[in-house]
Amino acid sequence: MSPAAAVRPDATGSVPPPAPGGGGRVPRRRRAASRVAAWWWSLPALALIAAVHYATTIAGSAYAFTDFNGFRSPEFVGLANFREILTGAAPLRALLNTVVIAVAFLVLTNVLGMAFAVALNRQLKSRYVLRTVLFAPVVLSPLAVSYVWKFLFQQDGPINQVLGAVGLESLQRTWLGDPLTVVPAITTVMVWQHIGLTMVIYLAGLAGVPPENEEAAAMDGAGPWSRFRHVVLPALRPTILVASTMILVQGLRVFDQVQALTGGGPFGASDTLATSVYKETFVNGRFGYGSALALVMTAIVLLCALVQMLLLRERKEK
Amino acid sequence: MFRYTRRTAVREVLVVLAALVVFSPLLILLNVSLKTTQDSVSTSAFSPASPLTVDGFRQALGGEGQNSLVTGALNSAVITGCSVVVLIALGSITAFTLTRITTGWSRAAFASFLVAIVLPAQLGQVPLYSAMRHLDLLGTRTGMVLAYSGMLMPLAVFLYSGFTRSLPQEYEEAAQMEGASRFTIFTRVVFPLLAPATGTVAILAGLIVWNDFFTSLVFLNGSDAVTLPVVVYSFVGTLVSRWNVVFAAVLLSMVPVLVLYLLAQKRFIQGFAGGVKG
Repeated sequence: MSPAAAVRPDATGSVPPPAPGGGGRVPRRRRAASRVAAWWWSLPALALIAAVHYATTIAGSAYAFTDFNGFRSPEFVGLANFREILTGAAPLRALLNTVVIAVAFLVLTNVLGMAFAVALNRQLKSRYVLRTVLFAPVVLSPLAVSYVWKFLFQQDGPINQVLGAVGLESLQRTWLGDPLTVVPAITTVMVWQHIGLTMVIYLAGLAGVPPENEEAAAMDGAGPWSRFRHVVLPALRPTILVASTMILVQGLRVFDQVQALTGGGPFGASDTLATSVYKETFVNGRFGYGSALALVMTAIVLLCALVQMLLLRERKEK
Repeated sequence: MFRYTRRTAVREVLVVLAALVVFSPLLILLNVSLKTTQDSVSTSAFSPASPLTVDGFRQALGGEGQNSLVTGALNSAVITGCSVVVLIALGSITAFTLTRITTGWSRAAFASFLVAIVLPAQLGQVPLYSAMRHLDLLGTRTGMVLAYSGMLMPLAVFLYSGFTRSLPQEYEEAAQMEGASRFTIFTRVVFPLLAPATGTVAILAGLIVWNDFFTSLVFLNGSDAVTLPVVVYSFVGTLVSRWNVVFAAVLLSMVPVLVLYLLAQKRFIQGFAGGVKG
């Protein structure tokens, strides 16, 4: 690194002010040396993420092309693992479940969170209490939350009791034991836990929408729905993008809830990519095949993050 | 404009009801945990616990199985505390360095942190597992602290950098003129100014480590260093439909976080909202 490079204006375009003292101009060289931060300060953290994130991910990607099982030395098998993923019913099922859960989680969490945010933005007297109450599940461990819902979903559990009480016996199910309802049930648990999170994100977004705009629209005779649709919603667009990516990436990585609620059952009906990776690698000892599954999952997650980054950049340039 | 009318009152009632429905699972949790084992199976979840009993809690704390909730909580506390300290120490200094020095390599370094935020842990788990086994770190608290510090460092650097970037540089420069060393400037001038970001990092990273299940299941299962979620997981596996004990264990595992949340809800909520905005 040349000393000249070190005094280049930073990203915000501001040139560091000339160093005071001595009256005369400070030589460029000295200015560079008198920086407040030393470059090597960032080395410990960089070494840590290089080891924990990058070295392991690269090594894991390499395993994806082998038949490693933890004992024999790994042997290169080319694309055999990926062929198995694309032709097997179980891995495709896991892939489909992951996408279905992630998308439903994304839509429902955002809609419900935004609804509560709009409702609790102003006016209501109980808004501060309700915000605190609705956010509480966010801080709990997904594992603990899953056990509460495992109880609610039982055959003779509260959900079926309520359905019976209001005369909807025909809807009663063994929610977690039925291949048809197990994925929606898992999604429900995830949505329930994250309503408070998106609510808070949208409340932060709503704080940037001046009430005057809404008042002006109201003067022009716009009802509540059209005020929301034409004034509030457009202003929330960047918030929607940020909240959506975060929720989508979380949904694609779902593990705890599935593991605790069903362990992937019944008969793999609720397996996701993450639970399949866990099962194949750490239960069945198929490190190579598990890594291939994990690589597919990583590729999907990175692709989603990349799309979001491009969308955000596009918005900024407009 | 937008006065509190009768229609607003109706809306308020509806929202309160909706919030109650959303919150009801936690009320049921509390209710069932206070029932006897017999009642937790035979009575409706909505009927109030009577007789009230703390039997479930006593049995949960009695520690069936090899690892008790108390051991798990202690391990969780040590691992979470140490990880948060490492994340704060390294995260703050790194974010400060990378936002003050703006050359090609520092921008690349910063980008490497951003990418690592979304990278799923699963792909690196096997190599990390074998690396830790070779280093004799598997099943140890030290190993977990290192793993968590590495995993969450990108988040810590990201949160701190949003803050250091907007921090005025006059204080640092003034201290520099006084002849303070770089390290003194960082520890005595910059770090105290970063207090709000430090709070956010401590809360977010602390919660993630405390609640983490996947990593500790893979690295700690069967060891002495098991954390609370792993204890609860193996605990529940052995308790078939003794829901009062299950719920007592679940509730006990929630208590530390819930108490902290109620004491500092504003910080928690701001932390999440601010953390997301960057």
